[in-house]
Amino acid sequence: MAESPPDEQHDHRLRASYKPSQLPSRPAGSHPGRREVVLGATAAVGALLVRPPPAFITAAHAAVPMVLQTEEVAPGVFVARGVHAVMSGDNGGHIANLAFVVGRERVAVIDTGGSFKVGMALLEAIRTRTALPIGVVINTHMHPDHVLGNAAFEGSPPAGSKSAGSGPTGSGPTGPGATGSGPTGPAVEYIAHAKMARGLSARADRYLEHNGAAIGAGFEGTRVVLPTRTVDTAAEVDLGGRTLLLQAHATAHTDNDLTVRDLQTNTLFAGDLLFSGHIPTIDGSLRGWLKVLDQLVKQPVARVVPGHGPATMTWPDAVEPQRRYFEMLTSNIRALIKQGRSLEDALYVAARDNLVGWELSQEYHKRNVAAAFAELEWE
Amino acid sequence: MALQTLSRLICGALAAAALVSVAPMASANDDDAWPALRSELFGNRPIVEQSTLFTVDAPHRADDAAIVPITVRLPASAGDVRKLTLVVEKNPAPMAASFTFGAAAATGERVIQTRLRFDMYSNLRAVVELADGSLHMTTRFVKAAGGCSAPALKDADEALALIGKSHIKDVAALDGGAGGNSSARIGQVMVRHPNYSGMQMNQLTGLYIPAKFVTSMTVQRGADTVFDLEAGISLSEDPNIRFTYLAAGGAALSVTTTDSDGRVFKAATPPAGS
Repeated sequence: MAESPPDEQHDHRLRASYKPSQLPSRPAGSHPGRREVVLGATAAVGALLVRPPPAFITAAHAAVPMVLQTEEVAPGVFVARGVHAVMSGDNGGHIANLAFVVGRERVAVIDTGGSFKVGMALLEAIRTRTALPIGVVINTHMHPDHVLGNAAFEGSPPAGSKSAGSGPTGSGPTGPGATGSGPTGPAVEYIAHAKMARGLSARADRYLEHNGAAIGAGFEGTRVVLPTRTVDTAAEVDLGGRTLLLQAHATAHTDNDLTVRDLQTNTLFAGDLLFSGHIPTIDGSLRGWLKVLDQLVKQPVARVVPGHGPATMTWPDAVEPQRRYFEMLTSNIRALIKQGRSLEDALYVAARDNLVGWELSQEYHKRNVAAAFAELEWE
Repeated sequence: MALQTLSRLICGALAAAALVSVAPMASANDDDAWPALRSELFGNRPIVEQSTLFTVDAPHRADDAAIVPITVRLPASAGDVRKLTLVVEKNPAPMAASFTFGAAAATGERVIQTRLRFDMYSNLRAVVELADGSLHMTTRFVKAAGGCSAPALKDADEALALIGKSHIKDVAALDGGAGGNSSARIGQVMVRHPNYSGMQMNQLTGLYIPAKFVTSMTVQRGADTVFDLEAGISLSEDPNIRFTYLAAGGAALSVTTTDSDGRVFKAATPPAGS
């Protein structure tokens, strides 16, 4: 279970491995005078890339088990809550809410956590609830705490080798050949917003490097696995008698946000379009996010699973604190821009903002101010 | 021009060096980058370090390494400042910006504000050249990491769709202060540009996204130059510069920007009285 399949078996799947040696070449100019400086800088980069250092990965470290507690928030809908923290060795990268939905024939995983280890722990948690195969892994957006567990689900075998003759109803789009077709089971589909692969692939090196440094030995085995199926506007996923509705959104939290709605229980998986308790982080567009929220609140869903926050919340009131935060940001920053003030001024003034109720505001609030300022000054 | 070429060389050389560096070297301590850089940029000309002629404001710890706000204040007492060079010492292309001031630059207090990227914890070196040729430096240490190779683009499609869109505006009168000049005003120039550093690898293709960045800019008041800028990839995405200038009879401000693909972008304030 711990081994991932060799690359050759899945060469159709685009991926980026965490291999320190993999630095491709570019045409280079040479400049003798620059050499020492250049090598100095490279040494620093190299040191970061080899993390976690092999000597550091002891059997003891790698063997520390991670167990995810899951909560059934609606029939067949399970959520593993992430802690409100930045990635660290303590949390192993489990800082976002992860979920799975169990259909009659297969399971959909919605976000996979911040490391291979979290993904494996999620797979174990799924196995305590169902023996059905994992049919799809859906990533709500490109951020590392949601995607870096993807590799754990590659060719994940149905537990107990569920027999191929168990009689699929034939209603599934994947057909009978897709279940139990081999020792490693059917290929898992990885689904995301059409722009997700570009965003993640451009950031992959940094994500691996930074989160590898933050998590340490628990990051072993973590690779980037990109989507095999993309969503431009909307799509359906059939889990056998249970349909998930996927919706791709315009730039908001990121430029590749995807929400998932389980029609059977009317549960909305908002991904990071909804934060609760954990301060929202803007990596897309503040104005775009407010617009997407306006559309989302119209969806008459029974409950919502936020990307960060409780396992489940009521809709649409769950969105109100976040909306108030965005409106405060927008009005404060617009006023400063109107007065001809600078980004520096805005960051200075931001220290006085009321952030009661938001965890991690020290880490993210001023960054949000900078992002919002850079966006709103173009209005 | 020489600096611009240097920036490119530095960037390319980094990739080449990365290939051959089989073992990480333990030489990247905090101080060894500057002597070589200094001789590249200023030869063996003497530099007055820890200068008290002018001040540099930079956050000690940056909230977003891709947009680190920097303010340089050159008081009237600094004398006749000809050039201001900003160097992010540890960045792969350290020369961030070099301003050459013209006749329309403000007298009295002169202020430059811009936003820089920091790839790792680094010294920011601000070097001023006076009319007598003397060089004066102020250094700030900034804790920020990940600004160069981390793509700051929050919306990649929008960044490319709007490339080159430029704004220049008169913001306000400059607060009086010591040596204040009543005709000194604050202007601001903004250019939409992804300022790709050439250091981001596209994992889909395994190739680096080619560098595409603003290389130079000229800001004028009427026919007089406020400043000429030579820029490198250490300037943030959507380059943004606030500057002080001398207003003169409602002459318009204009900006001409050139990028590494040779594209030229222009903008101007409306003529007075319009």
